[in-house]
Amino acid sequence: MPLDSIPHNFLTGRLEDLVRWARRHSVWPATFGLACCAIEMMAAGGAHYDIARYGMEVFRPSPRQADLMVVAGRLSQKMAPVLRQVYDQMVEPKWVISMGVCASTGGMFNNYALVQGVDQIVPVDVYVPGCPPHPETFLQGILTVHEQIRTGELLRRREERGGGAGIHIEETHVPA
Amino acid sequence: MSDGARDTDATVTRDELHEVEDEFAREVAASEKREDARLLHQTDEADQEMGDRSMTEVVLTGGPWPDDDDTMIVNFGPQHPSTHGVLRVMVELDGERVLRVKPVIGYLHTGMEKTAEQLTYVQGGTNVTRMDYASPLSNELVYALAVERLLDLEVPERATWIRMLMAELNRMASHLLFQATNGLDLGALSMMLYGWREREMVLRFIEKVTGLRMNTNYIRPGGVAADLHDGWEDDALELCDLVETNLPDYEALLVENPIWLERMVGVGVLSTEEALSVNASGPILRSTGFGWDLRKAEPYLAYDEVDFDVVYAQNGDCFDRFRIRLYEIYESIKIVRQCVEKMPGGDYRADDLKVTPPPRARINESMEALIHHFKLFTEGFRVPAGETYVAIESPRGEIGCYIVSDGSGKPARLHIRGPSLNNLQAMEPMLKDTIIADAVAVISSVDPILGEVDR
Repeated sequence: MPLDSIPHNFLTGRLEDLVRWARRHSVWPATFGLACCAIEMMAAGGAHYDIARYGMEVFRPSPRQADLMVVAGRLSQKMAPVLRQVYDQMVEPKWVISMGVCASTGGMFNNYALVQGVDQIVPVDVYVPGCPPHPETFLQGILTVHEQIRTGELLRRREERGGGAGIHIEETHVPA
Repeated sequence: MSDGARDTDATVTRDELHEVEDEFAREVAASEKREDARLLHQTDEADQEMGDRSMTEVVLTGGPWPDDDDTMIVNFGPQHPSTHGVLRVMVELDGERVLRVKPVIGYLHTGMEKTAEQLTYVQGGTNVTRMDYASPLSNELVYALAVERLLDLEVPERATWIRMLMAELNRMASHLLFQATNGLDLGALSMMLYGWREREMVLRFIEKVTGLRMNTNYIRPGGVAADLHDGWEDDALELCDLVETNLPDYEALLVENPIWLERMVGVGVLSTEEALSVNASGPILRSTGFGWDLRKAEPYLAYDEVDFDVVYAQNGDCFDRFRIRLYEIYESIKIVRQCVEKMPGGDYRADDLKVTPPPRARINESMEALIHHFKLFTEGFRVPAGETYVAIESPRGEIGCYIVSDGSGKPARLHIRGPSLNNLQAMEPMLKDTIIADAVAVISSVDPILGEVDR
């Protein structure tokens, strides 16, 4: 049937755009609150900042149902393997926001205890600055992720398109 | 081709086959060994945490499992939505009954006490404020009081009252946060929205005064960072009125709610002796009938000049701990109102150029002021050698600061006695012989802030 013969009430578009649109409006974050930033992340979920406007109020305790990991707070050496495990449990497509300076660079704590930036552990898509970031800053970070979803690749996995910080993780085994 | 030749060929092939098989068997053995080591590595922490446990072989025969005398260890966290951050709790269960509880901490260890030794006394506030991030102003206050005691420095009266005002506002924010998370943990999801609504109001005032919502570094040795803004009285009174009008909603929603009472009353009971034996303080201790509040017991700042009551209860259960925090918000509102009424005039920080920076306007016209400003923010100030311990009442209990000074510009040792760490240890007597479903209610009612537990 040629398109001209369809009278009205019909929109044409690419399937890719439809999938991207759907993905963008239902990004479910995993709850990965670590420290101070987690309080501001929860504040963004509260009534005033209302993250539900972006279809994101469904914070999933189970990483298998989550699309976005918000690393909210400082990451200690002891917590780092847990972070990686939670990230690995999430299914593709997945995105990571590094919230706050401690998560992004170690912040003011340049010492033995903290991982100096979570991008050493997981590939990060968006860095949100602040100590802790204002909920509005966090929302801006979320909108940036949405923009990445809108313009990014649909099917190819992130390693191939060079997503994240380009860090290669080598798995080491316990010697027998 | 002769038979012998064929045999030779076959032998060679069989030898090669054996070699390959041996190789394969070796590889399998090695990989099994690796796997064993990996499993052992994974479980060895559990062994260590829960003490000696003999390995038992469980055979599934279709009968009841596990056996009556067998127990099960369930691991909560560290990535669990109701553990308030990164607390990990190992629970030993007999069926649904809790036998033992071991909190495993350290997942947020930030090395702050070590970092404090590398920061000057001026910079130290930025460090300690990030420990208990739900009530940063209490951390700053106890640190500032300790440094001032070592310096033997008197702060102006106005600074004292501003500190008291901000500390009480922070107590309100912290207890409102507790109302939100406690409701969230137990499934009263609308409490999450109400709690955050009121907390935002308080945070907006704090942001207006200090410039930040959290981690403010507002209370500094020698006074506070800035004076209150014009018209703060109206802002504070309006805030008090708003919170006070909204709090009866909380009571209507929760205090008389049969589901809430069912989950909270008589759950996680703690006696005064048990609370004192683990050094618990704050609402945990006050819920057991022991009305200990440092604001009354050992008044600091100007708490002896304001009128307020210490809220305490008798039963020591989750419901009492929830009620104490709810009614303490009313007491804080009372104190804030009195602060507005009695706020004295004068300077908001001590007039000591070695400790506090000169006014901004003086820097443009006075060389000495510029030098003092530069020296203060590059080298800080020297503190006489000695040691001191100061304790105040934070929303979570007694927060203490122990500083050892060797006479230099940086502390030789700084230790914060975090109330959450001790309160967390009260979890074991609270949870003993209850059922696993109450664990979340009890963890939530302790209200631990892991940043303060691990530091």
